[in-house]
Amino acid sequence: MIILWTDGLIFALIFSILVLGFTLRGKEHLQRPLKTIANNSVGMVSLVVLVFFVLIGLLDSVHFKQQGAGNEIISALDYWATPLREHGEKTYSAPFASHLFSKEMMTQADGSMQWGYPRLQFGGQHLSNDNDKLADIFQKTVVGVFQGVVCFMALMLVYWMFSKNKQDEESLSFTFQPVPCTLFVLITLSCILIHLSGYYHVLGTDKVGEDVFYQAVKSIRTGLIIGTLTTLIMLPMAIVFGILAGFFRGWVDDIIQYFYTTLNSIPSVLLIAASILMVQVYMANHEADFTSVVVRSDTRLLFLCLILGITSWTGLCRLLRAETLKLREMEYVQAAYALGVKQHTILLRHILPNVMHIVLISVVLDFSSLVLAEAVLSYINIGVDPTTFSWGNMINGARLEMAREPIVWWSLTAAFVFMFALVLAANLFADTVQDAFDPRRGT
Amino acid sequence: MTSYLIRRFLYAFPLLMGVNILTFVLFFVVNSPDDMARMQLGQKRVTEAAVSNWKHQHGYDKPLLWNSEAVAEKKVTETIFYTKSVGLFLFRFGTSDSGRNIGDDIQQRALPSLAVALPTLLLGLVVNISFALMMVLFRSSYLEQAGVVLCVVLMSISSLFYIIGGQFVFAKILKLVPISGYDDGFAAIKFLILPVLIGVFSGIGSGGRWYRTLFLEEVEKDYVRTARAKGLTETQTLFRHVLQNAMIPILTGVVVVLPLLFMGSLIMESFFSIPGLGSYTIDAINSQDFAIVRAMVFLGSVLYIVGLLLTDISYTLVDPRVRLS
Repeated sequence: MIILWTDGLIFALIFSILVLGFTLRGKEHLQRPLKTIANNSVGMVSLVVLVFFVLIGLLDSVHFKQQGAGNEIISALDYWATPLREHGEKTYSAPFASHLFSKEMMTQADGSMQWGYPRLQFGGQHLSNDNDKLADIFQKTVVGVFQGVVCFMALMLVYWMFSKNKQDEESLSFTFQPVPCTLFVLITLSCILIHLSGYYHVLGTDKVGEDVFYQAVKSIRTGLIIGTLTTLIMLPMAIVFGILAGFFRGWVDDIIQYFYTTLNSIPSVLLIAASILMVQVYMANHEADFTSVVVRSDTRLLFLCLILGITSWTGLCRLLRAETLKLREMEYVQAAYALGVKQHTILLRHILPNVMHIVLISVVLDFSSLVLAEAVLSYINIGVDPTTFSWGNMINGARLEMAREPIVWWSLTAAFVFMFALVLAANLFADTVQDAFDPRRGT
Repeated sequence: MTSYLIRRFLYAFPLLMGVNILTFVLFFVVNSPDDMARMQLGQKRVTEAAVSNWKHQHGYDKPLLWNSEAVAEKKVTETIFYTKSVGLFLFRFGTSDSGRNIGDDIQQRALPSLAVALPTLLLGLVVNISFALMMVLFRSSYLEQAGVVLCVVLMSISSLFYIIGGQFVFAKILKLVPISGYDDGFAAIKFLILPVLIGVFSGIGSGGRWYRTLFLEEVEKDYVRTARAKGLTETQTLFRHVLQNAMIPILTGVVVVLPLLFMGSLIMESFFSIPGLGSYTIDAINSQDFAIVRAMVFLGSVLYIVGLLLTDISYTLVDPRVRLS
């Protein structure tokens, strides 16, 4: 078991969210917004999709050293998807193809040479006749659907057992609500894909013959880490500086304002570029510290989150400063003063909890834009390490494929579909959270 | 008012100084010039002579902050910090690794950047505002809901896909415009149409949503109710009153980004191979040309600070209520 930096931070984050949830449970003022979210079907459906992505990301965050050949560091997801990882082809092949995408010289059985599409090494290997392919795919899909239904039934049964002492009818009709339906679709879809990917390259292979589906799934972790760790890094700075500036005003405010205006005035892409260049120089000069490819790309990912966090805290800081300026003139804060409450108690007990809704809203709003930013940064080569799986790197690698004749569309499509699903779910959920927690919105 | 503006203007200097110190720390302290030289010359088998030669060529062969060997005021001036920052403040950016004058390059490349960015901004403004006004006009109807959903969907697509998709459909399949390239003078128009349209389209999602909330806030104010009570139709109130009053935040938001338009859009220019400042920056990043990146960081900050100044001025011009103290 090896814990990379990002793994440790992600698990720390999950743990602290759980602890926070536990301490805040049953707090009356949080019940109303939480109920609003629970009653919003769009929000809940997107939450389910997000949780699904997070689970895959977590599975991909448990790293250990593989016994035997190579002593590679792999994740639990890698272990599970070993066939996908190792079944590389020579070069491009279309989704569900059984032959390579480009023609090649092949040696026939009788020794003569022929110009044609060679058979894939792994994709569709079990087929004896190419004409059976459609029927075979259909049959395997049916098996996948069956597996999905069984899994879903088992899940529902567990739910049903736990909620049995409540009204029976309610829990039965619950099955047809939007949330379980989404769950059903997700489970079935993943069952089908898992089953099919054992026999085919479901989304084809890329230039070096790597399975695109595997790449896209591995990219989920990168996207999630950029979206969450960056906010984790930015939050303490934004909260502390924002509240202090607003609360103490005067020279504290001046210094903090000067600080973030300076940072803000550098175009963020350029600041990120400059910092990443420096990280590259540092890593090139300390090659001995980064022996493993995984450790190396992980360090760079962490640095990227750090840099993104440093460039993005100013917006939230400004919001918090404005809100604190408003809050400190409120009557209850004045009353606390009059009663002789100490300053730091006022900050912690009266100001901090009352700006938390702004923090929460900006965290969920930032998530999707960070995932999108990762793709753009990787495209300019200042994002994650080129060896890291990420949607940006997939797009970057596929940028010239649309110009090929005939076009290679599957890499881009896979990156598009996965990214779109995650970002759309994040955006919809952010909307719901904003509606629920922003006192100015909703009823 | 004049004294206020002078004060704002003077405030720009500490900011620029801060930016300068920050870039100095990033480029020279985090990694010493020796490290950079080794990175540039290749990691292995670099002789000391080659490193010191590279440093001399780029003017990095001085102490960082304090030259104890020099005499009198040269203790300060004969350092990397002094020579490099004075150059930036005087807009003398020095030469790039390929030996070209960075200042000249920037002058040449600013125009193509502007040719893409300015039409994108203006057209985008018109499209976004009209889209948002339509949504507000049909508010709390299915039409608005559809508009909001459309905005969220458009927002969730990476800008890279807009460019790739746009190039594929309009340039490759329909062959309406060339895929990429640039030309001098008016011949450039056919190269600019697609980037501008894609730029506008990719901004509709977030822009439309942003202006919609802006208008919705305005619509609920008292003067709008008065206007309705006066007997004006909904369209009249929207266009005559709401739009006019919402113009203040819109205009000031636009003024901030105006100077930054010179910097161009990085990905747009690199996809369409437009020889602007954006692609200049990308090339510099990819070839690890530190001098250019440093110059661009400084230039970007100057332009942003100019934008802030312009915003302050435009506030006082547009909104007479703003009292300056």
